[in-house]
Amino acid sequence: MGNTELALTIAVVVATLLAIFLLYKTTPNFQTVSLKEKFIKLILIIATIFTVYTTLAIVLSVIYESWLFFTKVPITEFLFGTKWSPQTAMRADQSASSGAFGAIPLFTGTFLVTAIAMLVAGPLGLYSAIYISEYAGKKFRTYVKPALEILAGIPTVVYGYFAALTVAPLIHDAGTALGLGVDSESALAAGLVMGIMIIPYVLSLSDDVINSVPQALRDASYGLGATKSETIKNVVLPAALPGIMGAMLLGISRAVGETMIVVMAAGLSANLTINPLESVTTVTVQIVTLLTGDQEFDSPKTLAAFALGLTLFIITLFLNVIALKIVKKYREKYE
Amino acid sequence: MNADGKKTKPKSKATKETPKQSVKSADKAPVKQKAAPKPKIKINDLNLFYSEKQALYDVKIDIYPNQVTALIGPSGCGKSTFLRCLNRMNDTIDGCIIKGSIKLDGHDIYDKSVDVVDLRAKTGMVFQKPNPFPKSIFDNVAYGPKIHGMVKNKTHLSEIVETSLQKAGLWDEVKDRLHDSGTSLSGGQQQRLCIARAIAVSPQVILMDEPCSALDPIATSKIETLIDELRHKYTIVIVTHSMQQAARVSQKTAFFHLGKIVEYNDTDIIFTNPKYKQTQDYITGRYG
Amino acid sequence: MSKSTNSKLAKRNRTEKLFILKGYMAILISFAFLLFLIFTIAGKGISGLQQTQIKLEIEFNKAAIETGNYNLLIRQQLDSLFPEIEDRSSKRNLYRLVADPAKFILMDMVQDDTSLIGETKEIWLPADEKVDIFFKQNADDWDTKLNPEQKELIKTLESQGLIDLNFNFPFFTYGDSQEPELAGIAGALIGSMLTLIVCMAVAIPLAVCAAIYLEEFAPKNRFTDLIEVNINNLAAVPSIVFGLLGLSVYLNFFGMPRSAPFVGGLTLGLMVIPVIIIATRAALKAVPSSIRQAAMGIGASPLQVVTHHTLPLAMPGIMTGTILSIARALGETAPLLMIGMVAFIVDVPQSFSDPSTVMPVQIYLWSKNSQPGFVEKTAAAIIVLLLILILLNIIAVWIRKKYERRW
Repeated sequence: MGNTELALTIAVVVATLLAIFLLYKTTPNFQTVSLKEKFIKLILIIATIFTVYTTLAIVLSVIYESWLFFTKVPITEFLFGTKWSPQTAMRADQSASSGAFGAIPLFTGTFLVTAIAMLVAGPLGLYSAIYISEYAGKKFRTYVKPALEILAGIPTVVYGYFAALTVAPLIHDAGTALGLGVDSESALAAGLVMGIMIIPYVLSLSDDVINSVPQALRDASYGLGATKSETIKNVVLPAALPGIMGAMLLGISRAVGETMIVVMAAGLSANLTINPLESVTTVTVQIVTLLTGDQEFDSPKTLAAFALGLTLFIITLFLNVIALKIVKKYREKYE
Repeated sequence: MNADGKKTKPKSKATKETPKQSVKSADKAPVKQKAAPKPKIKINDLNLFYSEKQALYDVKIDIYPNQVTALIGPSGCGKSTFLRCLNRMNDTIDGCIIKGSIKLDGHDIYDKSVDVVDLRAKTGMVFQKPNPFPKSIFDNVAYGPKIHGMVKNKTHLSEIVETSLQKAGLWDEVKDRLHDSGTSLSGGQQQRLCIARAIAVSPQVILMDEPCSALDPIATSKIETLIDELRHKYTIVIVTHSMQQAARVSQKTAFFHLGKIVEYNDTDIIFTNPKYKQTQDYITGRYG
Repeated sequence: MSKSTNSKLAKRNRTEKLFILKGYMAILISFAFLLFLIFTIAGKGISGLQQTQIKLEIEFNKAAIETGNYNLLIRQQLDSLFPEIEDRSSKRNLYRLVADPAKFILMDMVQDDTSLIGETKEIWLPADEKVDIFFKQNADDWDTKLNPEQKELIKTLESQGLIDLNFNFPFFTYGDSQEPELAGIAGALIGSMLTLIVCMAVAIPLAVCAAIYLEEFAPKNRFTDLIEVNINNLAAVPSIVFGLLGLSVYLNFFGMPRSAPFVGGLTLGLMVIPVIIIATRAALKAVPSSIRQAAMGIGASPLQVVTHHTLPLAMPGIMTGTILSIARALGETAPLLMIGMVAFIVDVPQSFSDPSTVMPVQIYLWSKNSQPGFVEKTAAAIIVLLLILILLNIIAVWIRKKYERRW
């Protein structure tokens, strides 16, 4: 039996055994329940176990490949090195200038693009949510909110095309006209378009959160003679703050994990800078680049992609867990 | 003219049965009142509609200054709705249409020249369920004066907060923990905090919508004592579900039923010798 | 009211108005972005959906076909249209007006229908890319690629009604190509369809079953809480991570064929499962417990309660959620790049294991090409993709409106 078949068999066997165990535990009157019922329920449980397998599969495969990577490149170099030029020796006897795998420029690149994106999506999303939930009439709400949510349904490759073919040249031309040096692929272009993509996420969550603030608090403020904007600024928003923070964190997580927009509009050169007019590269771009060139599996180059993937997974997991926790706690407070 | 020598408005003549004499009388010590020649708030021909449904019918009543006026009646009969008209809180409800006149110190509050924000500073409101802001106790009380620009400097603000909390009878209990969250107080304390908050903007009228219905008896009695002290400085209108409370606390009582005022008079008259059978029936518990 | 209160009030009212304006502006700006994006793409793409074509009467000469020289058929016809052109360079100018790969179109026609041999037929053949751009722009600034003689020839053809802008049918019937004139999305469309079929075949059963178990049968303990947290997090994992999963597990470990719809479908399927689970659970939750209790009161077993009552009532919500997941999977690019769908694939895939591409990947690959012919085709492909997505969304909304009950 090959590796594959062995692993697959083990997985199925474990799943079935576990499923039978769970079936027994969760079925009262086990003896009296019909066989057909038990069988169908077993299938349901196996399906659930398979979905758990997904996470396990992601985590294990990525960890395994990353571990292989870290046997070839020390983790300190990866996390703290500032030079990223991944190459592998072509032949075993070539000199050992095997390329640098310092990921800091990638982290700063991701950070820069994400920051620009949130500078766009944060205010626009939040202010739109405030207007829609506090000031707009019913008609406005029913038409405008879904319309803005169209932004969320547009595939990211379309945004990437827009960024690369329309926005980046515009920024480049504008910059040259103003006498600024703008790269043809700038962090600004990618960040701007990414921000547009994230607006509906921030808007939707903030709207939910603002609506959950109890009317009693607003009434108390109006009763004291506050204007609507004073009430929103001093009472509603502070009360909604945890939820809004959760919304922003989820937006950030989305931005960090975004691939196509940056692949098409940001650059490939690992540039350590915070100048938005320059071209930078991000973690996701490098994952794509490393894995879509000529590949030999197991070379440090391709394994580096997995190490990057692991970093990405950990960071977005971290952001998501915190964000969901905050929003959950906030909802419990008011419901 | 009644026994106290106070002017009262002539009662509206209604064709109802002659009231029976009530045997019980809620004993109450006669309350000294200043002679109040002019009503603080005059309401005339007030009709209110929630979209198509009418909720208030031809309400006509005068509220006198430095007195507690109680609004009683079975639930859903318009007391709270009426109360919310007095500070135009009904403006925040879609589809609410108001006809008639409400005059505060002779000025119609719905007049175009009136800024509702200013009006609400003059008429403070305390709600049924205590609703302190999720801020510190200090910030809760400081909120009103700050937004109305009544504060010159930090010291002034602290003074206002202290005075308001003292007037609300809460100062001794919270003076050492002004920066704790307002929501960390007990129910009764929270309600007193809300009263302090309302007082801090120096209103002339305080509107209270069943302020004790969410509180235990001890907290309730504390607040009732407070109300009795406050009336010397403010005009108070209180909606209450409890007739005993109305009898304890108010000088004038209006009995609401199905959106109309059935009877309005001095509290002891309402409770000992009501003019209308409906009032009598409600007071003796025939219906709730 | 004193003067100072008046001015304070005025200031506060001004602040109020400014605040409202900010909110309104935020919405306007967001909308402006949306419209800007749509209009730029529509503008570029509409021209991609049209193609300049030249009408020629092709005589399917048996001799030429047998030697495989389809170009000759075209040239013969061009010569007969312009008999006055004699010198070599002028003839070259003439021949270059027709797209180079037009010969393949003729070849395909003959292969599909051999009775054409010996016949004469009027066929619209695609013009060369430069002619196409020139014709569409209808301007002289793109004239550096065509010489004056060619422009004259085009004008003559135009006056004879032999050159025109037609709907770009080859765009929908041909797969990818090196030549912009013949590049089409047929391969990508079929590839997308096959991939999505696999994706849904994997995802829907697993997700719905898991959701039913979690919502209706699973005991409320820490373990199930953990699974719920796990699923919520999976739904927010960046899609590229699923691509890495596909690469390392499916391609590397299981040795499945690269770039096949089968593998793509499995990768996207795992990505979409958490989303469908969440939507299905929400639909199940929305069914009031009074219905379940009524069924149990009559003596239905727990499974019967679910299959006979809860599930059918939750069906519209489940379908809506599923259709929206299809829409999302249709637009995904990154994970499929990871499993190898970056190659240049000409043939339309015939099975689930043939190497293929999908619409968003095709768009991505074409976008890297700066030839104007490809730029407009990329935008045209985007328009097609967006139209399909709009259609899916409309179907989902229609289902929701028609079948949803308000409890």
